[in-house]
Amino acid sequence: MTEEERASARKGSADTYPAGSPRNRWLPEGRRGPMPWIIAIIIFLTLLAGAAALGLAHALIQMRGELAGGYTIQVIEPNAERRAAQVARITAYLKTERTVRTVAVVPERQLREQIEPWIGTGTEPGELPIPALIDVDLEPGTQPGRIASIERTVTAIAPGARVDAHERYLAPVEQLMRTLMWLAAALVAMMTAVTAAVVMLVARSSYETHRATIDVIHLLGATDLQIARLFQRRIALDVLFGALIGTAAAVSVLWFMGRSLAATGADMAMMISVPWRLTPLLLAIPILSLLLAATTARITVKRALERTL
Amino acid sequence: MSNIIQFENIGLRYGADAEVLSDINFSLATSGFYFLTGASGAGKTSLLRLLYLVQRPTRGVLKLFGEDVVMMHRSRLPGFRRRIGVVFQDFRLVPHLSAFDNVALPLRVSGMNEREIAGPVEEMLEWVGLGGRFGALPASLSGGEQQRVAIARAVIGRPDILVADEPTGNVDPDMAKRLLGLFEALNRLGTTVVIATHDLPLISQIPGAQLMRLDRGRLTDPTGGLRFPPGTSTVAAGEGRPLGKPE
Repeated sequence: MTEEERASARKGSADTYPAGSPRNRWLPEGRRGPMPWIIAIIIFLTLLAGAAALGLAHALIQMRGELAGGYTIQVIEPNAERRAAQVARITAYLKTERTVRTVAVVPERQLREQIEPWIGTGTEPGELPIPALIDVDLEPGTQPGRIASIERTVTAIAPGARVDAHERYLAPVEQLMRTLMWLAAALVAMMTAVTAAVVMLVARSSYETHRATIDVIHLLGATDLQIARLFQRRIALDVLFGALIGTAAAVSVLWFMGRSLAATGADMAMMISVPWRLTPLLLAIPILSLLLAATTARITVKRALERTL
Repeated sequence: MSNIIQFENIGLRYGADAEVLSDINFSLATSGFYFLTGASGAGKTSLLRLLYLVQRPTRGVLKLFGEDVVMMHRSRLPGFRRRIGVVFQDFRLVPHLSAFDNVALPLRVSGMNEREIAGPVEEMLEWVGLGGRFGALPASLSGGEQQRVAIARAVIGRPDILVADEPTGNVDPDMAKRLLGLFEALNRLGTTVVIATHDLPLISQIPGAQLMRLDRGRLTDPTGGLRFPPGTSTVAAGEGRPLGKPE
């Protein structure tokens, strides 16, 4: 037999000889089944949930930053002159208060414009008394005791004046956003658990399918780790394929959603976006899923082997 | 000569059933050649399963290479299995691997470099008469060819112990003689050979081989068709009378 004939005989024909490194051919490299597609769907949903969680978390932080320390003082005095005097005294006091960053009286014309849809046009100043509003920004980290003291002083100057924290207006929205954020985070956790469960089931099923081959390899002296690596490699390849498809689909959807949100022009919608610096966290999801799948496969097969001698 | 295999009061039962092996005592010497006979159901396969470490006995002490494998942690067993070549009665070839890859499997499992594998595997396949069938899958091989691949796989790693269950059952007399020659050659290189067989003429072909006979799970003195039975159920190299050499 010539060397060429030997090589040809060793190689065999393409239809009888599976491709790949000989060391990886201990298990048949057949059809992959539905596993990559299941993983693709899971990764797709996990990325969407992860993006929602991150986007909402980012929006919450931004919203808090913008609202923290913001107060509006309403001076409810029907007499215009007395109201103006109270506003002047409150403003003067606030300007001397060291925890106050800015004080701005909202112009009456602006207030009238805002309520115009309800009261209509043509009302003269003084004809319909409206409360005066003073916007106040406090230094960040102002103690609640100090805020209470300011409130007391304000109400001493103008009895019946109301001091409202801006945070209070959006508290229900913030609560809703926080709930949605945790819901999205819980979905990410559940999807991760589903990934591990799917891999475990597939590894067990694959182990049972190839039990006869595994028994032979085991009898020839293969260690548990050698055998577990065969399954780990095979499942990692499936998950990698699924993760690539799922990530590509999720990135496309997120890009489209981002454009749609931006097109609304709404401040709140603009806030719900994943900043670039947080995208590595999202991209970590498929990578971590791959590591999780490989580890789960290895542990599952090793545990199954430990039940044998 | 040191003992490579030692059975002391070995008993084996499956579940709650009666013992399939009872009070088995024997020692096999390094480089010895042994036949194991007995009627179907006598416990030959169970005894071989203990030898190639797929089963632990339910009682007694089983020493391989001087170490008690009964209490040994399972993580140490692969190292022992690599020193034992096994020819199964049903061949147990890996169906999706070619003849070449089936024979190469023990070498790959032991981590041998891929470049060092081709030469010995090809030589072994040619020796068992399968030189032109390296790439053939087991399904395309006849029973006899599959058996030869199984034997080639068992001996390729030059094991310290070779355990074979009816290794010549599916081959013609010429090939049986040739394979027996392979076992003898391996034995001369220091491998301890244990062959379970019903083939009495085969036994007589190996001068110096010794015989163990199992009857209903117990080692007994052989009787009947055996021409030169050893005088004791405890067999050790050099202690029993060699077959084919009557006093």
